Amino acid sequence: MNAKRKTLNDLRSHEEARVSGFSSDDPTMVIKLREIGFAEGDTVEIMGRGLLGGTPVSVRLNQTLIALRAREARLVEVENFT
Amino acid sequence: MTASASRVYRLAFVGAPNTGKTTLFNGLTGGRAKTANYPGVTVERRIGHFETPGGRALQLIDLPGIYGLAGRTLDERVAVDAISGNIADEDAPDLLLIFLDASSLRTHLHSVLELKALGRPAVLVLNMIDLAKRDGVEIDIAGLEKALGIPVIPTNAARKSGREALINRIDSILDGIQTNTAAAPQKIEGNVLKSLQGEARAIANKVIIHEAGMNRLTRQLDAVLMHPLLGPVILASILFLMFQAVYSWANIPMDMIDGFFAFMHDQARHIHPDWLASLLADGVIAGLGSVLIFLPQIAILFGFILFLEGSGYMGRAAFLMDEMMRRAGLNGRAFIPLLSSFACAVPGIMAARTIESDRDRLTTILVAPLMTCSARLPVYTLIIAAFIPREKVGIFNQQGLVMFGLYMAGIFSAITIAFVLRKTVTKGETQPLLMELPSYKLPQIGDFLIALWNRVWAFLYRAGSVIFMVAIALWFLASFPHSADGIRGSFAGMIGGVLEPLFRPIGFSLETVIALVPGMAAREVVVAAMGTVYALQGNEEQVTQSLAQLLQNAWTLPSALSFLAWYVFAPQCFATIATVRRETNSLNWTLFMVGYLFALAYIAAFITYHVALMFTG
Repeated sequence: MNAKRKTLNDLRSHEEARVSGFSSDDPTMVIKLREIGFAEGDTVEIMGRGLLGGTPVSVRLNQTLIALRAREARLVEVENFT
Repeated sequence: MTASASRVYRLAFVGAPNTGKTTLFNGLTGGRAKTANYPGVTVERRIGHFETPGGRALQLIDLPGIYGLAGRTLDERVAVDAISGNIADEDAPDLLLIFLDASSLRTHLHSVLELKALGRPAVLVLNMIDLAKRDGVEIDIAGLEKALGIPVIPTNAARKSGREALINRIDSILDGIQTNTAAAPQKIEGNVLKSLQGEARAIANKVIIHEAGMNRLTRQLDAVLMHPLLGPVILASILFLMFQAVYSWANIPMDMIDGFFAFMHDQARHIHPDWLASLLADGVIAGLGSVLIFLPQIAILFGFILFLEGSGYMGRAAFLMDEMMRRAGLNGRAFIPLLSSFACAVPGIMAARTIESDRDRLTTILVAPLMTCSARLPVYTLIIAAFIPREKVGIFNQQGLVMFGLYMAGIFSAITIAFVLRKTVTKGETQPLLMELPSYKLPQIGDFLIALWNRVWAFLYRAGSVIFMVAIALWFLASFPHSADGIRGSFAGMIGGVLEPLFRPIGFSLETVIALVPGMAAREVVVAAMGTVYALQGNEEQVTQSLAQLLQNAWTLPSALSFLAWYVFAPQCFATIATVRRETNSLNWTLFMVGYLFALAYIAAFITYHVALMFTG
């Protein structure tokens, strides 16, 4: 599985996708992401980005809005709805 | 009822941040704890009392919001300790009221399962149900009760009718609770969390009959307010408007208060004996009047901040500032404590408890006093009124522009100093930003007015206590012993004379130095002290002049500008220093902060004074 997986940070604005998993790079941060609500199967959509370097990112997670930085958004793996 | 009537039931309010725990707590206990629409408002444990319709005595424990039981930040630890009964001399709660925002049931239900797994008797408070319904959300309440195995109470804690739905059920719930036999919370591993989430999503799929999209108002407002280009422009405009409003809207009430105190001063002058007339007129009335005149401005500033906090905009401001804050070495979240510090640094410093990294938190605490708190408003306004002409620059009020500049100077230096501190004494990795952005809400007018009144009352209270006593004490010290040298020969003059050489290079007169000493208590006290000192010096013609007019004659422009520069930095506030001592739990860091702020104040005032001297010749 060397193919680079698509992450939340790769999504275009308002492109809906489904959370498929989490990166294994930062287990502590992944726990925090899970605690605030990210889970497999959830719907995500990028609502907006900051001006400098496209960070932070505001993400719609189901009906909730979450702000996080690009670095953390890369830990959330996504797949497009088929 | 006999056995249970004598017993006090302990109910802990737990759940995700910004789900209305404190709002319900206030509603039930008549308390006035701060509520606002962003996560992390409550950072302390708070206890209140309530009697149920069935006559049971309840002890209500309001706690900071948590997403899980890890307890990473100070405020989260308070909540986790209280739930698990880890607080000395306190039993564990008899019942957990687990809060959940009905609109984000799917996203946050797993935290309910995690809390329920503790094994304590629990109830789910499905709050803000009316907002969720308005958005089109439909939830099968009975199905949710069955799936969770605990009572579910849909409610709207902000309204009386909503609270009654809860109150009416509380007795029957308490009838059924058993003795407490819960286990200590366990550290949740990633895999456990994953399976909890799976379970929660399965329940959500079953009980959510109709799921709505995101709140439409929030979606539309965010398209503008969080636009990468428009957003920052709007944020700057909001702050700018705030300071213009503080200036332009307050004029009429300020003139009225001024007129009232001038009248009182005049009346008090005719009292016999003369010393009493002087004590009342020059000490009490001149001192109090010079500060109370700023009440309208302070009320307007607080009104703005309360509106921003209640509307849901604070989280967006933190979002827009995040990248800049990150480059300064701070977390975007630190923007919330810093913006709160515009009102007062004390709650701002306490709000830093929500920051996880010790270094980030310490840095935020150390720079919070640089944000222009409301107590600087009297100082700035007084000097600006005396020395900056009331002219318009384009459509803007020139005095308002100078005030905006002073606020910007505070923000800019806070960011610069944070950057320097992070590169030197508080080195370390920057923490990630991870924050829920709440839906926008129009703050309820009643809550808004009560909160505004609380702040105004705190200001009045301080005027009536600290400032009143300072005015009297200073009147004595500045009046005795009588001397041909005027104030220089008095006790106050002697004390001021010792410090005077130190302040001469930055252009402060003896009177200014005398006022600075009691001004250590709080920033606005310096204004009251100057009111008293200058009133004592004034001759009969001058008594009808306002303090601003007196200063106009007594000070030069370079001295006035130097004084403004001093107050941008100087930590002249005991409450702030004491709070930093308590929150950092370190005398060294407290001394460091006081030291660097005084040093900056002196350097800034020195440069300002000498540059201004060059220009004014």
